[in-house]
Amino acid sequence: MDSKLIIILVIILGVLAIAQLIRVNELTRKRNKLKEEDIPKVENKFNANMMLVFMVALYAGFVYLIVKFGDVHLGPAASAHGQEIDWLYNVNWFIVISVFLLTNTLLFVFAWKYSRKEGVKAYYYAHNNKLEMVWTVIPAAVLSIIIILGLRTWNETTSKAGAEFEDIEIFAYQFAWTARYSGMNNELGKFDYKLTTAENPYGIMTKDNIERSLSLMKVGAPGQEGVKMLEEKLNDRSIIMSAQDRSDLEDQLGRKERMSRMLEAMSITYNDSLDELANDDVILEDSLVLLKGQKYNFSFRSKDVIHSAYFPHFRAQMNTVPGMTTYFKFQPIYSSDEMKEKLDDPEFEYALLCNKICGGSHYKMKMSVKVLEPEEYLAWQKTKSTYDGTPWVEDDEAEMLEYYQSISNRVVEN
Amino acid sequence: MAAAAQEAIHEHDHHEESFVSKYIFSYDHKMIGKQFLLTAIFMGVVGMMLSIFFRIQLAWPGESSDLLNMFLGERWAPDGILNQDMYLGLVTIHGTIMVFFVLTGGLSGTFSNVLIPLQIGARDMASGFINMMSYWLFNVSSIIMLISLFVESGPAMSGWTVYPPLSALPQAVSGSGLGMTLWLLSLTIFIASSLIGSLNYISTVINLRTKGMKMTRLPLTIWAFLITAIVGVLSFPVLLSAALLLFMDRTMGTSFYLSEIIIGGEMLDNVGGSPILYQHLFWFLGHPEVYIVLLPALGISSEIISTNSRKPIFGYRAMIGSILAIGFLSFIVWAHHMFVSGMDPFLGSVFVFTTLLIAIPSAVKVFNYLTTLWRGSIIFTPAMLFAVGLVSTFISGGVTGIILADSALDIQVHDTYFVVAHFHVVMGLSAIFGMFAGVYHWFPKMYGRMMNNRLGYAHFWTTIVSGYGVFLPMHFVGLGGTPRRYYDNSVFDTFNPTAGEMVLDLNIIITVFAIIGAFGQLFFFFNFFYSIFRGPKAPLNPWKSNTLEWTTPTAMPGHGNWPGELPVVERWPYDYSKPGAEDDFIPQTVPLKPGEEEH
Repeated sequence: MDSKLIIILVIILGVLAIAQLIRVNELTRKRNKLKEEDIPKVENKFNANMMLVFMVALYAGFVYLIVKFGDVHLGPAASAHGQEIDWLYNVNWFIVISVFLLTNTLLFVFAWKYSRKEGVKAYYYAHNNKLEMVWTVIPAAVLSIIIILGLRTWNETTSKAGAEFEDIEIFAYQFAWTARYSGMNNELGKFDYKLTTAENPYGIMTKDNIERSLSLMKVGAPGQEGVKMLEEKLNDRSIIMSAQDRSDLEDQLGRKERMSRMLEAMSITYNDSLDELANDDVILEDSLVLLKGQKYNFSFRSKDVIHSAYFPHFRAQMNTVPGMTTYFKFQPIYSSDEMKEKLDDPEFEYALLCNKICGGSHYKMKMSVKVLEPEEYLAWQKTKSTYDGTPWVEDDEAEMLEYYQSISNRVVEN
Repeated sequence: MAAAAQEAIHEHDHHEESFVSKYIFSYDHKMIGKQFLLTAIFMGVVGMMLSIFFRIQLAWPGESSDLLNMFLGERWAPDGILNQDMYLGLVTIHGTIMVFFVLTGGLSGTFSNVLIPLQIGARDMASGFINMMSYWLFNVSSIIMLISLFVESGPAMSGWTVYPPLSALPQAVSGSGLGMTLWLLSLTIFIASSLIGSLNYISTVINLRTKGMKMTRLPLTIWAFLITAIVGVLSFPVLLSAALLLFMDRTMGTSFYLSEIIIGGEMLDNVGGSPILYQHLFWFLGHPEVYIVLLPALGISSEIISTNSRKPIFGYRAMIGSILAIGFLSFIVWAHHMFVSGMDPFLGSVFVFTTLLIAIPSAVKVFNYLTTLWRGSIIFTPAMLFAVGLVSTFISGGVTGIILADSALDIQVHDTYFVVAHFHVVMGLSAIFGMFAGVYHWFPKMYGRMMNNRLGYAHFWTTIVSGYGVFLPMHFVGLGGTPRRYYDNSVFDTFNPTAGEMVLDLNIIITVFAIIGAFGQLFFFFNFFYSIFRGPKAPLNPWKSNTLEWTTPTAMPGHGNWPGELPVVERWPYDYSKPGAEDDFIPQTVPLKPGEEEH
């Protein structure tokens, strides 16, 4: 390839050029009887001046970035706690940027100003306890303020959700998200990962699901051998298999026997109230739809590896961890349409992104989020049906709309 | 006694060292230090090239690049377009190499070895043999890490923190197969190297100081190396246990980190483990690791800033105190990496408190550096330039740490490019600046020759300009809500195309500076290798410095460091421009004049 050749050539020529420069430099220094360790005045002055030049360039670059990219296009925080966080950001930015500018300026100005000058001796100044006390106490005081303000917001943000919160479960897997609404009773159906099958991808606990899983473990299905089929296969002397295959099959058998014992225990402790909990749940795979002003308590669950549910516009984030449930609550305060207006961007949409490395397609793992006004929300809700196939909205619509409006109006009052 | 010492030296002179015992399996701490340095430079080149590869993908996503095709081949860059799995592999190995092999092995390994015996007045390390073992284990672990880049299923792909379950399950990502096994093997050997190296440094500093070298007369470099070694000895074993449990989960069917997982359609029977446990264990090392990387750089810059300002370091005892405070606090801040991991929020608030405390000793250090420069008579050697650069990046990266340590604010920027920018400035740039400063400063003692100053200036100015050019804009990428470790940011097109365009613009700026910065390192490589062979001969004390290494009677001391008796220390190492003295420096071996106060 030509370009490869060119790259190699450029590198070789570059190295040769530097070699020649050094050579020239060495010869001139030799002629002038200069030693490498004695830095000539011109060079020292050059570097001292460069300190100032660099400082100015650094600040110019910083200002350019703030002007051009400072409005980071996330827009104002679209959640109630997010507004608190943004306020806290402003306080911290003020402190942080002041310290950044002050100390960097002192550094570069000192470096420039106190560069070696003929006849000026450095000032022997080894310590000063008073001074050192001052710059221990001042940072400590400023940090106390930062800590107190920070923990106040943190405690509010992570406090337990009350009864007025609606429960939604976010389920993560390579490489997509699913949302499960708790439905009219505002309680999510129970789940167990052992109940996961092609028909029950989220492992929801109902009588039918337990029975299906149990039969799948015990009897099996095409493509999935149950305990029985495995036993038959292992006992069938007409099948010839390698020792490795046999031990693999035995492992599989052992695992399935354990699983079916656990499922049996589950079916014994099962009672009908579990079906009721699950039946009114609503599962959404395409997008997450929220009501403006409603307070939501999200619970997070992962099927395979750690993911992180990141809602940048709502200043919300929580990891989803296999084997445990995690929580985050927030209250959206701007509808999608309002946010489009605020950002002056008709294409804008809220998003839920994966923010923990989870595999090759990590960067595509996203769910779109919509925040709707009461009328739109109710209209959308009417098109959805619950886990057992009945319509989501069965109550009096006028009453519900009124209730939703009272929720959304609270935002305006704030 | 003198006679015995003389005899010992004679013995040294007499036994002719073979090539192998002098250059390969050497017991001499200076040679071992140089071996660490050369290995780290090589690993640094690899790590930097990996970063250029993925930066090209981030700035020009989906565009064909001959460079990628040339280095990664059809397997990982078909038609010059980077494979999305390999993108993660590059990111992972870049991080691993830079953190462990360049900034830990290269910085602490090189300078602890070269400087500890020379600056405390010892003939060698406490155990030359263990020292040699430490290097060769480091060498082997480096080779294994490099080999992992070439296996069929790719290198480890779960980020340098290798969180399970992703790193435990080959079904989740192909790099979690053989690549991950090699990663764990390499790190295990690396930890062994680091542990025995650190034990050696600690026992040398404690036991082998020459007469008069009280702990309060130690140069700050040695204090930094000592505390670094102690922190390493206490924290690396925890990483070893984390790696061991991960290894058992991967191969022996245990469930330390795995629970209730369905992967690739298969239901695993692991129940009861916790991925959070791994994170606690990992960060129990992982955070002290930041200081293992930083403290030596701060020690080196203290020494260089004092020498070249021709002034004593301001607040010597406060500097030691802050090193001790940072070393101690580094052990109780680890969970600030886990605010949104699902850990109890109350626990999070405890770590907010301890983490922000670290800002106090850090601030003390910065102000002491500034006061040392104040009214100095500064000589800008290349080493001094890098030391000043270090103070700047330590400030700029440190202040963003305040944002990240505040858990309420971390919710928004956790795992975004803001974090990437923060730790690259405070840990990456600062530590690498410290390393360059150290190389320029002690090159004369290591190789007996001088490096070229003009190339050093060019190297510094391109490096600091491109360093800030890369990482200052990166903060803004993160504040725009861009998650790290994304192969490309095309996802923005589906919800906020305007923001997506801004992020892409920033990414192009960053990549261009990264490429300039990479080429800027050519100044260094060329200068370094050329000067080893062709540089002008070094005088005994080129920087007019006080510490003991400059009292050796030859520019490049042989094994044993001082022929004849060891020097005796009479004063602290920072008597620069002391009133009443003729010269503006007084080496540590010069006795105090009658009535002269120590400091």
